[in-house]
Amino acid sequence: MSAVLAPRPDQGGARLLIGLAVALTLFIVVVPLAYIFWRAFSGGFAVFAQNILAPDTLHAIWLTSVVAAITLPINLAIGIASAWLIARFTFPGRKALLTIIELPFSISPIIAGVCYLLLYGRQGLLGPLLAAGEVKILFALPGIVMVTLFVTGPFVAREVLPLMQAQGSEQEQAALTLGASGWQIFRRVTLPNIRWALLYGAVLATARAVGEFGAVSVVSGAIRGQTMTLPLQIELLFNDLNIVGAFAAASTLTLIALVVLVLKTVLEGRTR
Amino acid sequence: MSLAISHLARRFDTTQVLRGIDLTVGKGELIALLGPSGSGKTTLLRIIAGLDWPDAGALSFNGTDWLVKSAAERRIGFVFQHYALFPHMTVRDNIAFGLTVLPRADRPGKAQIAATVDRLLAFLQIDGLADRYPAELSGGQRQRVALGRAMAIEPRVLLLDEPFGALDAQVRRDLRRWLRGVHDSAGTTTIFVTHDQEEAFELADRVVVMNGGVIEQTGHPDEIYDHPATPFVARFLGLTVEVPVTIRSGRAQAAGLDLTALPRRALPDGPATLFLRPADIQPVPDPAAPFRVTEIASTGALLRIVAENAAACRIEAEMPRRQGRDLRKDQPVALRVIAGQIFPGGAAPADAAPVEAPKALKESRP
Repeated sequence: MSAVLAPRPDQGGARLLIGLAVALTLFIVVVPLAYIFWRAFSGGFAVFAQNILAPDTLHAIWLTSVVAAITLPINLAIGIASAWLIARFTFPGRKALLTIIELPFSISPIIAGVCYLLLYGRQGLLGPLLAAGEVKILFALPGIVMVTLFVTGPFVAREVLPLMQAQGSEQEQAALTLGASGWQIFRRVTLPNIRWALLYGAVLATARAVGEFGAVSVVSGAIRGQTMTLPLQIELLFNDLNIVGAFAAASTLTLIALVVLVLKTVLEGRTR
Repeated sequence: MSLAISHLARRFDTTQVLRGIDLTVGKGELIALLGPSGSGKTTLLRIIAGLDWPDAGALSFNGTDWLVKSAAERRIGFVFQHYALFPHMTVRDNIAFGLTVLPRADRPGKAQIAATVDRLLAFLQIDGLADRYPAELSGGQRQRVALGRAMAIEPRVLLLDEPFGALDAQVRRDLRRWLRGVHDSAGTTTIFVTHDQEEAFELADRVVVMNGGVIEQTGHPDEIYDHPATPFVARFLGLTVEVPVTIRSGRAQAAGLDLTALPRRALPDGPATLFLRPADIQPVPDPAAPFRVTEIASTGALLRIVAENAAACRIEAEMPRRQGRDLRKDQPVALRVIAGQIFPGGAAPADAAPVEAPKALKESRP
């Protein structure tokens, strides 16, 4: 007896679709990203290093790191607290809180920036008050941090909340009956259960904090060497026609993004 | 006396879940709270545990007010229906949890905790599982670990919410006997919630039947089985056939029914309702009888017979198949009643809702 291959329907259509998908991915994602690195290193590593180590670029990298370092713990704390509140309790305004958490996702970042300008700017609603107290929010670190918080606010809560809701509060109640204090319950029961989702949310929030352009560009005032974050610095270099410098800075930012991407992929495997 | 509950009431929004519960649980007793879903039994258990608080009433243990104490201060062992084991801890760490969260001054040393856990693992017959994670355990094993975790803190009262609800039938029966053994050797006062009457009756010293937020009857299993105190309890325990009868000088009478086996009751003359188990009704062929067999179905071991009279009164009877060989459809039969429970008044449609309860309960069993 000879084996006969079962007839298959013609796969020409499938091949066409796969080819289309690959072409789109190449020209929309892969090639542009690869090009950044190619251009950044086109002058050799020495030129690349020289551009990265330019004082303004170095300061931009530093400022972006500071913003990320400040926003991350705040995001973690607020994210856990709001997810816990929504998952464990019913209270008036619970739905409203849920909507507020989601709000930054649906609002264009530039609108957030403009709102801050109108509120905290010199001609803004709180402007005279801030000027009288000599508090500088706009065109300074506080403004950048606040607007970054606005933009990255939803990430942690969004990752943690569904998990907390799915797991319910029985484990925490069990710990309570076993005599654990509130802090012991959080550290030994709640936190281990959400740790991967928490890390995942933190990674997403950090990636966004590092890469945010629109909202930050409005509130930072783009003062050279002072309030330029890395994305703003890239635009500045590009507009100055310092192409290699722009690409060097861009490749640094891309590198950070790629590290984040790898972390995210690893963590996604863990959360499931 | 150990645990005393009086006039306990609890309302969720507009639903009155508990309406005045009075119950005393003695030291070392094993009590079953039995009732359909929505009867308030789990709420009562959670209030005893300190996971919920009543709107009114009192709860005390050995004379100490428990309502002013937190769950942790009461030192109770609570076993959740779905166990609520900590998934990121091994069995050993799960059981040790209650000891490791003690304030430093009261906390036993590492070696002492390990010894306690080892003793519990052996006692609960799960020695080999110490280093496994909950995800690697079967339902029955998880149940034992959950019990071990609750017992590690030497609770004053052990509370179990539907302890066998999530297990299949065979494991259920095994674990039931095992739990009775654990209780008898540990001697901990234990209260468990169940909707399964067989479970409650086999396991408990005393059964508390609840319905609609009140206690319908409390007593020894046999006592409740033989003398249900209310129509609800009667229906819940399988006395599902209800026949309108007339009481004359303490004896029940109904056309076509042979009620001579029932004892005289101190009831006023007038209409009453007789509650019967299908197995306590024997159809006997009798050409003059007003009842007629309308359905016969075999379940293998049993025959299920439905008889109806001209007034459309339907009576369902059950008998061993071999004894019913000579029964035919449309045959006139007299119905001989072996045992039953009489409650004064006509069939009460106000109580109609609980009629559904036994059916729903059967369906919810795996």
